Amino acid sequence: MIKKGVLAAFLVSVAVTGGGAAAEGAIFVQSTTSTANSGLYDHLLPAFSERTGITVNVVAVGTGQAIKNAANCDGDVLLVHAKGAEEAFVAQGGGVERTDLMYNDFVIVGPDGDPAGVAGLSDAGTALTRIASSGALFASRGDDSGTHKKEIGLWAEAGVDPVAASGGWYRETGSGMGATLNAGIGMGAYVMTDRATWISFGNKQDYTVKVEGDPALFNQYGVILVSPDKCANVDAEAGQAFIDWLVSDAGQEAIASYSVEGQQLFFPNAPGHD
Amino acid sequence: MHEFGEAIGLAFGLVAGFDADLVEIVGLSLYVSLTATLIACLIGLPLGAILAVARFPGRNACLIVVNALMGLPPVVVGLIVYLHLSRAGPLGFLGLLYTPTAMIIAQTILIAPIVAALSRQVVEDLHTEYAEQFRSLCLSRTEAVQALLWDGRFALMTVALAGFGRAVAEVGAVMIVGGNIDHLTRVMTTAIALETSRGELPLALALGIVLMVIALGVNGLVHSLRMTATRFAYA
Repeated sequence: MIKKGVLAAFLVSVAVTGGGAAAEGAIFVQSTTSTANSGLYDHLLPAFSERTGITVNVVAVGTGQAIKNAANCDGDVLLVHAKGAEEAFVAQGGGVERTDLMYNDFVIVGPDGDPAGVAGLSDAGTALTRIASSGALFASRGDDSGTHKKEIGLWAEAGVDPVAASGGWYRETGSGMGATLNAGIGMGAYVMTDRATWISFGNKQDYTVKVEGDPALFNQYGVILVSPDKCANVDAEAGQAFIDWLVSDAGQEAIASYSVEGQQLFFPNAPGHD
Repeated sequence: MHEFGEAIGLAFGLVAGFDADLVEIVGLSLYVSLTATLIACLIGLPLGAILAVARFPGRNACLIVVNALMGLPPVVVGLIVYLHLSRAGPLGFLGLLYTPTAMIIAQTILIAPIVAALSRQVVEDLHTEYAEQFRSLCLSRTEAVQALLWDGRFALMTVALAGFGRAVAEVGAVMIVGGNIDHLTRVMTTAIALETSRGELPLALALGIVLMVIALGVNGLVHSLRMTATRFAYA
C-alpha cells in the first residue's frame, strides 16, 4: 500500500507539473562548495552564459558527494579539489580527462587566545602536533570532502591519529565548510579551511588565520567532463564548451580578477597559462 | 544578540526593497509546497477517510504504519527520491532530478502520511457521531466517505495546513533532490541553509523571518476563507 502511495505521488506530481527537464542548452556542474560559497560562480557564469547562451546550473556539495553524484551521471561537468580522487574517477571511466584549473591554499584559523600557541607557524605538521598535544579543540569536516581528505593526509604526515580522540578534542562535524566553521567558532576550536571560503566568510568573530604558507597546504582545483560514453545524458558539447572557456585566456583572466575585500581568492593555473 | 536587531532590519529591507531574487525564491517555495500539499491532500484525504470508515483485516497495522510515517525524516525521503530519480536510478530516464518537480515529489511523499493520519482521526470521530444516521439512510460506503469529508471540511483544512507547514519548513529533502541551484531550485529553506554556511547569519535569520511571515499569510488566508465559508454554511 505504501509503495502504491509513493508511486501515486510520483505519477500525480509528474502529471500536475507537466514533468520537469531543464531547458535546452543547460548543463549541471557538480561542484565543491568553496567555489560556490565564495561567490566565484556568480562572478564567472554571467560572462560565460552571455557569450554562449548556455545556462550553467551549479550543485554545490562536498567533493566526495560531487564525485559520487557525477558517477551516477547526475551532472555534465565535475569541478572539485582532490586530485587523487579525481584521477581515480577518470581512471574508472567516469570522466573524460582531468585538467588543472586553478589553485589557492588551505589555512588553519583559530581564536584570539590561541590555546595551542600555533600563531605565526608556517609548518602545518608542527601546528597540528601542537594542537594534538595541547588538547586544544580541532573541528574537522569529517565528510570525505576535498578539504577533509587533505586534512587527513596532513595528520598522517604529522604522525598523529586524531580519530582516536574523536568526540574528545577532535570534533568531526560531518558537514560542509561553512557549517564546520560556524560550529568550530562556536566551540573555540581550530579549523582548517580553504582560503577562499575563509575570506568570504561572514561570521569570523575573533578568529584569524593562525597557520599559513606551508607548501603542503597547496589546494589544487581540477575540472572534468563527465564521460558521455558512460552517461548518455551528458551534454558533451556544452560541457566541453564550459571547460574550454574556463581554461582559455578569457576564463583564466575572469578567475584571476575575482576578489573579495581586495584579496584574490583563486589563482588560475590551467596548462599553458602558468 | 545584536544579530536579531540586524536580522529584523534586514528582513524589512528585503521585503520593502522587493528584491527580485527574493521574490523568485519565495515564489518557488510557495509553488513547490502548495502543489505538494494539494497532491498530498488528493492522496491523503481519501486514504484517511477510507481507513476511518472501512473495517478490514490488518487495519490496525495500516493505522500504525501511516501514523509512524508521519515521522519520516525529510533527509531520508530526499535520499529515497534521489536514488529513484538519479540518472543511475530506475526513473533516471525522466530527467527529473534537480527540478522543482523532483522537490514536489519529495515533499508529497513527506506530507501525504501526515494528511492521511490526521484526516483519518478527524473522519473517524465524525463517523462515530453519524454512523447510526448513515445506517438509517442506507448510505453506501462511498457516499458515507464523501459526506464525512464534506462535513469535516473545516477541520480538514487545518490538516492540510499542518501538511503545508511541514512541507514549506523542511530543508533536508529539497536540498538533496533540488540541489539548491540558483534561479532553478533554490527555495527559502535551502537559501537559509546556504547563507548560514556562508556565515551570513543575520541574512539567514532575515530570510527565516520572511518565511515565517509567509506562513502567517497563508494561514491567515485560509482562516479568513474558513470564517467566510462558516458564515455562509450556518447563515
